[in-house]
Amino acid sequence: MDKEQALKETNEIFVDMFDDEDIVLSYETTAEDVEEWDSLTHIQLVVAIEKHFKVRFTSKEIQSWQNVGEMLDCILTK
Amino acid sequence: MKNFTQLKKNLKKDFDAFKKIRVAVLGDTATQFLVQAIRGYGYEESMDLEIFEAEFNQIERQILDPSSELYEFKPEVVILFQSSHKLLGKYNKKKDGHGTFAADQLEHLNNLLDNLGNQLNAKVICYNFPEIDDAVYGSYANQIGSSFLYQLRSLNIKLMELAEDRNNLFICDMSSIQNRIGKERLFQASIYVNTEMVLSIDALPEVAAKTVSIIGAFQGKMNKCLIIDLDNTMWGGVIGDDGIENIQIGGLGIGKAFTEFQYWFRKLKNRGIILAICSKNTESVALEPFEKHPDMVIRKDDIAVFVANWENKADNIRYIQEILNIGFDSMVFLDDNPFERNIVRENIPGITVPELPEDPAEYLEYLYGLNLFETISYSGADEKRTKQYQVEAQRNQVKKQYVNEEEFLKSLEMISVVEPFNKFNTPRVAQLSQRSNQFNLRTVRYTEADVERMSQSDDFHTFTFTLEDKFGDNGLICVIILKKENEESLFIDTWFMSCRVLKRGMENFVLNTLVEYAREKGFKYLQGEYIPTAKNEMVRDHYRNLGFKEQDGRWILETASYQNNTTFVQANMKIYG
Repeated sequence: MDKEQALKETNEIFVDMFDDEDIVLSYETTAEDVEEWDSLTHIQLVVAIEKHFKVRFTSKEIQSWQNVGEMLDCILTK
Repeated sequence: MKNFTQLKKNLKKDFDAFKKIRVAVLGDTATQFLVQAIRGYGYEESMDLEIFEAEFNQIERQILDPSSELYEFKPEVVILFQSSHKLLGKYNKKKDGHGTFAADQLEHLNNLLDNLGNQLNAKVICYNFPEIDDAVYGSYANQIGSSFLYQLRSLNIKLMELAEDRNNLFICDMSSIQNRIGKERLFQASIYVNTEMVLSIDALPEVAAKTVSIIGAFQGKMNKCLIIDLDNTMWGGVIGDDGIENIQIGGLGIGKAFTEFQYWFRKLKNRGIILAICSKNTESVALEPFEKHPDMVIRKDDIAVFVANWENKADNIRYIQEILNIGFDSMVFLDDNPFERNIVRENIPGITVPELPEDPAEYLEYLYGLNLFETISYSGADEKRTKQYQVEAQRNQVKKQYVNEEEFLKSLEMISVVEPFNKFNTPRVAQLSQRSNQFNLRTVRYTEADVERMSQSDDFHTFTFTLEDKFGDNGLICVIILKKENEESLFIDTWFMSCRVLKRGMENFVLNTLVEYAREKGFKYLQGEYIPTAKNEMVRDHYRNLGFKEQDGRWILETASYQNNTTFVQANMKIYG
């Protein structure tokens, strides 16, 4: 899978989780850009993304990403 | 079960119509998600749970300080969530006294409950501890009184004993959730390390459901009655077709699954759940196993209301409800047939209809997981309940009130494909010919070779009927073979139908089709015959009911004067020249 495709699929996960059709993610999107994306919902997102892409993140990785792009890179290394 | 994201979406919905219940949650780990899941699950159960969530790790402060937010909030229910991980942490820090760790913990809890009880008249729900095996001693931990595993299990037992003594204490069995879904699903280490939450996202709905069902029971939301279908639910096979010696129960076939199922029913009955039967069968046939089969666990005496007939099940359940006089929302209906489940679900609001797995071997484990019979009290008197209802059932011989049958049939949107025998349906026709016993007018059996022969012959006119409705396709369910007697007359050599589709007006549709066909081919008469067997009593008056006239042991219908019988089945005719 390429990064663009991963972004598209991740976008859908966000839309579903936050119940907000207007969310458009880019590689540069950070938690500050999405309303309701706080440390708690972050965990919910992580679990949903793990499930969708059938990957498991380490606890360190979960804390390390600065933006969506870095998270996608992490998925693609798995 | 809804997942956590779905439960969270419930939070935005309108709770106004629901009863408000004030609930406090105190935990020694992060409980934000659990609180959301509990409130969200409350919506599913029509409860507006107003939740006060104490700050993280404040169990003691909230309970011991009389001026705390907890007491200001005045909850009716207090949920105490002490986690196994924190328990392990406390155990790890101890330098000695590991052998009395559980006893010390219990005393601490008891002390907290005393304090709480002095300030509040609230019910307390306390989670027990899912096991963590720290693997320090291996299995030998079972023999070391001071091992963590030993102490944790001991604490769970002590909690049960404490709850037996304290009227206001109820244990929510988190440990049994872990047993069922597995530790890997209950707990996700990466989340715990990042957030101090010990429950994984997947486990939240499970824990919320179990918790809310106890709160529901406080409000009187409890299932009191279990209504059970017979064929392929109470036993394997179809009693009307297979006969008492061939139904699967006990040693025969997959009978073990049904035997265990029946033991479960009996335990429920002994604890006060009312058992009722709702089955599409002839009553005398349906009763036989209960009276005569040596391997049946459930006997007639165990059943409060026994309904076996050919009416629709929604009406029969209404009848059962009239006798028992309890709410539909306290009834559970078990049936292997998805069609019947849907009918009941659509027509009886509030009733619980579990979507049973296809394989009867899985019924029990599946139902265990649904936790259908939560309660908050038990008394020996519950056992006598069945007897009272049996008496009531005898008294109550009122004529049953049916829903408007026509409306019901119309709503099904039934479609039947009518086809002559062909190479695709030949195996099914032969199979049904071997198996149909009840709705079978002459019970002449045909093999595949016979079927093929008749489909080639000019003397035979063959028909197969399927029945599909908005709930699904029943497949090929009726077979007719007409034999040319002479230039004027067609003899109905074969008419059999699957009992699954009784009471749907299928007979009328079939006859309309036959008459139309006969007229087109220039035949003046249809002739039918009923040959009685031990099993086909139900169709004795079949031809009379359809308007045939008796003459010399046969039933005659004049095609010219025939008026179509009412039917709500739509035809989809194929390949009739």
